[in-house]
Amino acid sequence: MNTADTVLMSLKALVRNPTRTLLTMLGIIIGIAAVITMMEIGEGSSRSIRESIEKMGAGSGLIRPGWRRAAGVNMGSGSVTSLLPSDADAILAECPTVALVSPLVRASNMQLVFGSANWVPAQMYGVSPEYFTIRDWQLEEGRFFSQREVDINARVCLVGATIVNEVFSGASPLDCEVRIKNVTFRVIGVLKSKGANMMGMDEDDVIMMPWTTARMRITGRRTGSITGTTSTLAKKPGEIYPATGVAFYPEQDSNLAADTLVQPRFTFIDQIVFSATDPNKIDEARKEVTALLRERHGLAPQQEDDFRIHSASDFLKMMNTTTSLMSNLLLGVAIISLIVGGIGIMNIMLVSVTERTREIGLRMAVGARSRDILKQFLIEAVVLCLVGGVLGIMLGHGAALLVESQLNWPIESSPGAVAAAFIVSVSIGIVFGFYPAWKASKLDPIEALRYE
Amino acid sequence: MALIELENIVKTYFLGEMDVPVLKGINLSIEQGEYVALMGASGSGKSTLMNILGCLDRPSSGNYLFDGEELGRASGDRRAMVRNQKIGFVFQSFNLLPRTSALENVIMPLSYTAGGLSMAERRRRGLKALQEVGIADRAGHQPSQLSGGQQQRVAIARALINRPPVIFADEPTGNLDSHTSVEVMDMFSKLNSEGITVILVTHSSEIACYAKRTICMSDGQIVSGIFGEEAHK
Repeated sequence: MNTADTVLMSLKALVRNPTRTLLTMLGIIIGIAAVITMMEIGEGSSRSIRESIEKMGAGSGLIRPGWRRAAGVNMGSGSVTSLLPSDADAILAECPTVALVSPLVRASNMQLVFGSANWVPAQMYGVSPEYFTIRDWQLEEGRFFSQREVDINARVCLVGATIVNEVFSGASPLDCEVRIKNVTFRVIGVLKSKGANMMGMDEDDVIMMPWTTARMRITGRRTGSITGTTSTLAKKPGEIYPATGVAFYPEQDSNLAADTLVQPRFTFIDQIVFSATDPNKIDEARKEVTALLRERHGLAPQQEDDFRIHSASDFLKMMNTTTSLMSNLLLGVAIISLIVGGIGIMNIMLVSVTERTREIGLRMAVGARSRDILKQFLIEAVVLCLVGGVLGIMLGHGAALLVESQLNWPIESSPGAVAAAFIVSVSIGIVFGFYPAWKASKLDPIEALRYE
Repeated sequence: MALIELENIVKTYFLGEMDVPVLKGINLSIEQGEYVALMGASGSGKSTLMNILGCLDRPSSGNYLFDGEELGRASGDRRAMVRNQKIGFVFQSFNLLPRTSALENVIMPLSYTAGGLSMAERRRRGLKALQEVGIADRAGHQPSQLSGGQQQRVAIARALINRPPVIFADEPTGNLDSHTSVEVMDMFSKLNSEGITVILVTHSSEIACYAKRTICMSDGQIVSGIFGEEAHK
């Protein structure tokens, strides 16, 4: 007996009793529909998480100063100022997997004044031009600042979309002069809107300027406490005590000044932002940067790092853990419902075999072999599951579309889940249909023909 | 050579500790084209003999030669093929598939025939078989829409579909009234006149009258084999 005939025959047998067929399939339909809906919603939300992380810069990392312990008391993040602009240069030069590096200087709670309007932006960053590439910031209009403008502490800035709305009432701010701490800046560009980030913070409430400008003109010359006195930025004793009197130290003569190497901009930066050559190499890049900074900061092997590196891959890992936990959980529920559905199929197939005992006897009497009977009932179970599976896929997709339209959850159709649903329904048909079919094929034709 | 040759066929059922002998050494030979009635009271073993003849059951010992082939010990698949190709069955209770048209009932055995025929060819042969039994106009009807006589004709058409040399009929008129019984028995006579061997199992001597040879069984043994007119006295 060929398979096409058998499939046709089993379809007829199923159509003969539509209510029972539908009720039998219900377990499979619900199981498969649940799998498909969950997969589509899961794929959709993990895609949107992935996208928002990519917006933050998937292959980028952030280096922050570490903390200092004083007599066992942790002084908190940022209590040491350990990062130098030269660290940033060294990372770029010596770490092969690092593609771009930008120092970052933060200025917070600074008032921006334009005409009669004023605003305190949530973030005010001093960065280098590479920062915009690392963080994937786009321009709405105008231009980014150049490396030369960084070198000369140029008073230029870029503003985010929120500031355009709040300070400039939506008008183009290009070439406007704004004041921050009584320093005038020229607006040279407007950043494209990024919206809120994953933490709910408005990323567009931002001002960006060359990091040298931020450090030298806005936040002040923060210097390290240890190295402060060697810096040209410290005030001479004579300036602290302007009155005429005894000089505490001999004044520098020109010879001494020539002999003393003074770093012209010996200043600390708040953070270093870097990006790896490939988003997948971010962990490798972190290792290289850690090794380099430990060496540059002269840390002994037993000392802990005086800096911390964060990367978007941390978020990615955390989010992946959460979503995979959720989907495994749902998969477990779906598997249980499919097993229950399969048992329903087995139950009905057993009933069907008993009910059709005479038919089986007759088929054997007119020449059906055991394996023909086995095949008939097995295919019937598989067809039952497959039809249930297809209905389940449609129902599941429909439910996912409903969720998308009603709840505005992102969904993404998943061909893998559909293929898996097919395979699972066929497998359930074979696994749970085998025993009834085997039982049918082992019937004695004489007994079966006599069965009432 | 005879179509069917039985040599010392013994069938014993084992019920727990006890052996129940049902057939106690049957020797029988049936030629091609015969019309045989197998008679006997219930429990005489006629149904068991018929099951063995029809390849549905195996003898405990003895030889069963069908068309020169030993079938008593043949494989299950071989016996299924013989049932499909060389034997037609007609049952007392018709045994038609419910909610399936007469035509589909008739062509059902063809789906188990090796070297499958096309659907069109199957339908053509099915209609021809229905024509032969005179109910081609009911081809699309389901068994529940047919009378008992018509149902039995559909069953006969099904038995004929593969042109078997022999047809077994187990109490074919048992569920029919006397009028339709006559029609069905006439059908068997007609088939026999076309050269098909017909073997009837019945306990009614009226029905046995149609056969040309009557074999009486009692207690697992053949007690008499009467040929022709003698049987009808």
